[in-house]
Amino acid sequence: MIKDHVSTTINGEPVEFLCDPRQTLLDVLRDELNLTGSKEGCSSGDCGACSVMLDGRVVCSCLVLGAEAEGREVETIEGMAQGETLHPLQRVFLEEAALQCGICTPGFLVAAKALLDRNPDPTETEVRYWLAGNLCRCTGYDKIVRSVLDAAAEMRGK
Amino acid sequence: MRYEAPRAIEEAVALLADAEGDAHVLAGGTDLLVLLRAGLVTPALVVDIKHIEEMCEIAQADGGFRIGAAVTGAEFGEHAELKRAWPGVVEAMELVGSTQIQGRATAGGNLCNASPAADCVPAMIAAGATCTIAGPAGRREMAVEDIATGPGETVLGKGEIVVDFLLPPRPPRSADAYLRLIPRTEMDIAVVGAGVNLTLDDDGLCKDARVALCAIAPRVLRVAEVADALIGSAIDDAALELAAAAARAACQPIDDKRGTVEYRTKIAGVLVRRAALIAKQRAGNGS
Ligand SMILES: Cc1cc2nc3c(=O)[nH]c(=O)nc-3n(C[C@H](O)[C@H](O)[C@H](O)COP(=O)(O)OP(=O)(O)OC[C@H]3O[C@@H](n4cnc5c(N)ncnc54)[C@H](O)[C@@H]3O)c2cc1C
Ligand code: FES
Ligand code: FES
Repeated sequence: MIKDHVSTTINGEPVEFLCDPRQTLLDVLRDELNLTGSKEGCSSGDCGACSVMLDGRVVCSCLVLGAEAEGREVETIEGMAQGETLHPLQRVFLEEAALQCGICTPGFLVAAKALLDRNPDPTETEVRYWLAGNLCRCTGYDKIVRSVLDAAAEMRGK
Repeated sequence: MRYEAPRAIEEAVALLADAEGDAHVLAGGTDLLVLLRAGLVTPALVVDIKHIEEMCEIAQADGGFRIGAAVTGAEFGEHAELKRAWPGVVEAMELVGSTQIQGRATAGGNLCNASPAADCVPAMIAAGATCTIAGPAGRREMAVEDIATGPGETVLGKGEIVVDFLLPPRPPRSADAYLRLIPRTEMDIAVVGAGVNLTLDDDGLCKDARVALCAIAPRVLRVAEVADALIGSAIDDAALELAAAAARAACQPIDDKRGTVEYRTKIAGVLVRRAALIAKQRAGNGS
């Protein structure tokens, strides 16, 4: 199998990797680059656990080929905290217990940050529609939605 | 499997035409990569078309719009002029999948995947859209309704690519609408979908209409009888009932977990009626 050589940017850092052309970006992040924060739930675009930013848009990394990252900018959950300082979304999720098993959490955080970056003051309905592609089997969603709204309010207050 | 990302259409066509074994276009990958991961397709070559500029832009052309086949759902929704002129086409494309899917899914992929339940396709057919096809023998233009021939089947030959969609100029007092029924509020495949596109005359009578339905036959269908029931009418109750009856008569659906034949047939009438009323209201508001 001939591997593709890919040069990309991940969380602001230039990164090079070799991948099998059939490998997804999620496979590459987890198996080749040891960035295991992005999770694999369904591998079919339904659950959002693998959400990452690709050139500024939130996408399912299980439905992107690793080779497609060439020349593009990828942001993952690993890039969300600034050193030891959590992003307000991350902190409020912890404070308000918006997670139980946690497998869905990185995907929710990446998708929620994408929402707040373009709309700092979303309604509850807007939050629910935006996050409809992120599934959680534990929390019942209410605490997640509340936490996104509370983090948004806190960020606007600054 | 080999991955290629050419910058020109001619290059993409040549790669696909010369490929030995199964070769696929890769647009947003939201259909193709699901099949690839499940082992249901095993291409020798995948040609990513998202680096071909002409296929990734929306342009106003000849009084209408030229939409590259690789434009994503998110980009449809962000284009204010397109939304104003073709609210039905935009709302149909925006219904495809979640936020994450919207960042990737394209109208070209929706068409070429040839699902009987593809959401953007009925709206494009109702709009009277044509598409440009590039292939080893050059370019040709075809009506969108003539592309799919059955589930997963299209008229496209080896090496052929859909380059763009062309939406015609809009006469005054025209508007379109797309509605679908799904068993929940987000993230599901249509039980039935209906696209209606209307032009009203100065007295508010329906001067022209095009209607298409999805998930009621092996491919998305344009239903001229529904349009005929609307044309010349004030889109009043009587005309809407005739249109709904024509929609029900056109249905040849299947039974599956999302709906029975009877349910789909009934819903086709309901959606045609409601979509026609929305399009009428939008057209009357001078959009
Ligand atoms: C979670 C999820 C939810 C979804 N929800 C919906 C929904 O609500 N409604 C709906 O209609 N669909 C839905 N889909 C299906 C899919 O997202 C759409 O059909 C989408 O528009 C496909 O576009 P794409 O660019 O991702 O296609 P791709 O997967 O890249 O391509 C699809 C097929 O078309 C071919 N192709 C693509 N572009 C071209 C071209 N320009 N010329 C020639 N051939 C081409 C490819 O070779 C492939 O065979 C969903 C999918 C997922 C994973
Ligand atoms: S793992 Fe990608 S959407 Fe579920
Ligand atoms: S916390 Fe377990 S899936 Fe969401």
